[in-house]
Amino acid sequence: MTMHDIYLLSPELSLAGLATLVLLVDLIVKRKSYLFVLTIVGLAVPLGFTLALLGSLDGASMMENEGVLRDTLVVDKFGLFFKLLLISAVAIVSLLSIDYVKRFEQFQSEFLVLLMYSATGMMLMASTKELITIYIALELSALPVAALAAFMRDGRSAESGLKFLILSGISSALLLYGMVLVFGLTGSTQLDDIAERIATLAIYTDQPFGSYALLMGVVLMVAGFGFKITAFPFQMWAPDVYEGAPTPVTAFLSVASKAAGFAVILRVFYSAFGIEELSIEWSAIFAVLAALSMTIGNLVAIAQRSMKRLLAYSTIAHAGYIMVGLAAVSTRAGSGDSSLGISAVLFYLSGYAAMNLAVFSAVIAISNRINSDAISDFAGMARRAPYLSAVLAFGIVSLTGIPPTVGFIAKVYVFGAAVDAGLEWLVIIGVLNSVIAAYYYLRVIKLMYLSEPPSTDSIESGIPLRLAMLVTSAGVLLFGLYPTGLLNFVKSAAQALLSTS
Amino acid sequence: MEFEGNGLLTLVVFLPLAGALGIALFIKRDKQVRYIAGAVALAELILSVMVFTTYDLSKGGLQLVDRTSQWIPIESFKVEYYLGVDGLSTPLVLLTGLLGFAAVYASWSIKTRVREYFVWLLVLQTAVMGVFTSLDFILFFLMWELEMIPMFFLISIWGSGRREYSAMKFLIFTFLGSAFMLVGILALFYSTGTFDMILLPDAIAQTELIAPAGIIFGLIFTAFAVKLPVWPVHTWLPDAHTDAPTAVSIMLAGVLLKMGGYGMIRVSAGMFPEVIVDAAIVLAALGVVNVIYGAIITIRQTDLKRLVAYSSISHMGYVLIGISSVAGVGGLVSPTGLTGAAMQMFTHGTITGLMFLVVGLTYEKVHTRSIPELGGLSARMPVIAVAFLIAGLASLGLPGTSGFVSEILIFLGAFPVYGWFTGVAVFGVVLTAGYILWMAQRTMFGPTIDRFSNVRDASRMEMVPIAVLIGSIILVGIYPSFVSDMFRDGVAGIVADIQRSGALAMVLP
Repeated sequence: MTMHDIYLLSPELSLAGLATLVLLVDLIVKRKSYLFVLTIVGLAVPLGFTLALLGSLDGASMMENEGVLRDTLVVDKFGLFFKLLLISAVAIVSLLSIDYVKRFEQFQSEFLVLLMYSATGMMLMASTKELITIYIALELSALPVAALAAFMRDGRSAESGLKFLILSGISSALLLYGMVLVFGLTGSTQLDDIAERIATLAIYTDQPFGSYALLMGVVLMVAGFGFKITAFPFQMWAPDVYEGAPTPVTAFLSVASKAAGFAVILRVFYSAFGIEELSIEWSAIFAVLAALSMTIGNLVAIAQRSMKRLLAYSTIAHAGYIMVGLAAVSTRAGSGDSSLGISAVLFYLSGYAAMNLAVFSAVIAISNRINSDAISDFAGMARRAPYLSAVLAFGIVSLTGIPPTVGFIAKVYVFGAAVDAGLEWLVIIGVLNSVIAAYYYLRVIKLMYLSEPPSTDSIESGIPLRLAMLVTSAGVLLFGLYPTGLLNFVKSAAQALLSTS
Repeated sequence: MEFEGNGLLTLVVFLPLAGALGIALFIKRDKQVRYIAGAVALAELILSVMVFTTYDLSKGGLQLVDRTSQWIPIESFKVEYYLGVDGLSTPLVLLTGLLGFAAVYASWSIKTRVREYFVWLLVLQTAVMGVFTSLDFILFFLMWELEMIPMFFLISIWGSGRREYSAMKFLIFTFLGSAFMLVGILALFYSTGTFDMILLPDAIAQTELIAPAGIIFGLIFTAFAVKLPVWPVHTWLPDAHTDAPTAVSIMLAGVLLKMGGYGMIRVSAGMFPEVIVDAAIVLAALGVVNVIYGAIITIRQTDLKRLVAYSSISHMGYVLIGISSVAGVGGLVSPTGLTGAAMQMFTHGTITGLMFLVVGLTYEKVHTRSIPELGGLSARMPVIAVAFLIAGLASLGLPGTSGFVSEILIFLGAFPVYGWFTGVAVFGVVLTAGYILWMAQRTMFGPTIDRFSNVRDASRMEMVPIAVLIGSIILVGIYPSFVSDMFRDGVAGIVADIQRSGALAMVLP
């Protein structure tokens, strides 16, 4: 490991270092809120390293992408895009937690530290090129989350943590089994080598994926990753875990964990199984899963009474929309722009991060004060907390996909990619789903703006939450009105992925 | 960023939005909110008149273009900021200015949550103006969707009766329609590589579409059909109208329905000349159902607003019949029917706008909309009664009012093509005369009722929008060509395209 390797890994290393630093400083300081300041300011270091790497990728000093540690890790624009997204998500979630963690008597710093360790794992997930490293990064990201989910130490939260731990274990087992099959068939754990071997394998045209072994391997890997992105039918854990976990952790799970899951899926499927014959087959799997996730998520969301459960089902539905972009594989792009599907996924993930975090900030700000997650307790909220309600309503409008928000552009873009790939049927299911979603999303808005409030006490929120809401809703509006900058960035990230593979 | 154009249309579209933002952020007192909204609406009316007078009919074509290609300049998702008007859209911009003005002044007596109300009303006007002037399909779609949220709030907060149900029903229907339209728009883009609504007709004719043209046509048409509304997707309209506040009914009937008709002419007929010719007979049949079914249901209504709402369904049927005349006779397409359809949109906008305005004023004064409880009001409120009668007579197509011009054009255009359908539809005029006169007789005339003895007539402020709308009804009735020439010029290109594609079909075996 040379100095240069350390530089290439600096975002992950500095984030893990920051986490350890926070843990140590916790032993000295009395006022725990300093730790949050340290975290949020300290996040500038990994952010700075990521931007520096991005800058040197654009310059001539480095190749388009560079392998680290015998090519198990890779630094390219695709990975760096996710690192930026994840660091931003951690920063926002830390802001959300400042008020929230006051209810914990102790372990306030550990909350932050676990969050950052998990994010380190997720950042590694976005840049791995080797199956075993993927597995390790995945575990690194999942185990802290299990502890975080159980953080409240009441019945609900403990159930949430345990459920996450067990189901995450099962999904890891499935994933490993899938990896073993792929390794057995190709004799390598390197994604590039796997792609090469698969190309030389005798393809039995009468068997899906050329051979049943590969089919089993791919399906098991989809199952393992599907857990991460809450795709149907691997979504059962999400509502219970989301409901029981501390709300900032729920926000982190629904945004960061999902983004990292999609990063791995894109990397594995485009690098290892990117050839045309295979990509058509796995795109069909994702298309079906997308249709089911959207439909089941939206239909079940209608009946929810708890805000957190509603958001859990909505996150399942949004996983479905994002998978529409996954199904729009590059080899089927009719317009000749092969990066369209990938960049649609990346754009949706960034937009989803902004809008979902905006919604969660407002929900946390409100439910901190009223001590309830029940949707009915949000009645008349517009009169008790006009600004919080406006942010929540704006985020929900964006989740529905109505302009002038990033949700609208993201929806149009992802459906556009699918139409381009010849998946009109999937797009029709998608747009019908957005109508179903409009019903339950707008019911929340209706409740906040039309119903009589049970009490007229106004609801105040602290500066950190206000800051989080300002940043996220500015993102929702800005990327909704002028998405070009972000679109260009995701496009170059998508092209980086295609050129790596 | 290079920007082409003089910015007049940009100002027209975004002035109400700017006003709304200004009110939302800086204005606290209700009185100030009203005056600022009123000033914005007046400025908007003046600007829309300016657009109308600036449009040079002798040159024709696309004018007042505001354009920059730097909005989303990505090759595989190239969206432009592109506004412009032609003969078809210019009068509709004027109509929106007129009714937006009327709507703001009809809202003077709103007492609850005044600030929010005017904010949403102005945002709504931006969205509708945007729909009529956008020439990039994604911008068009953005404006189309943007209109839903203000409407949802306006109906559900300031409405009456089952307002929350009606607002949700409106939203779900509209969203369902536009969802299908999105698929259609995307299919067109990924076939032709452009969202430019001016280039699209040719591009569609020259490229092989990724889905059959008939299916894409159907997807997009669904959105317009919901909006117009066409039977059987009309059911949201009576509910929304009945429960909406007066000003919102004016906007809904006056301009929002016209978005559907405008889309049908600009997109369905303009971009799919071959499909529309095949579908014309279906349109004619649906149009007749709209006219007759709408009229028969109207007769039975006892709620004034519901009555006007159903009469709108009936009148929008004429638009469909006018459009169906594009099928032509013996390979010859006449622009008369299409011009009539466009005219019907304009005239129905002003007439029904006035109608809802008067009904709203009546309700405000006597606190009931139930026809059996009303009677003899003309003695107490002569101005409102006269306005009511003028709107009614224009609605049934009395010569000298604008309603006559548009209906006669539609019948003249459609009769040679679908004689029987048109014949049945003409009978709708008789039904209209029936329900309008019967309603006027039951509410405004007859013996005076003591309960209404201290009912006041319209105030000066309320007379302003009434005068503006009556003026436009009479003006178009007496001198129709200043609007109809423009529409005729606007649809000429579409008719020529249909003619060409029809000729092509005859040459091919």
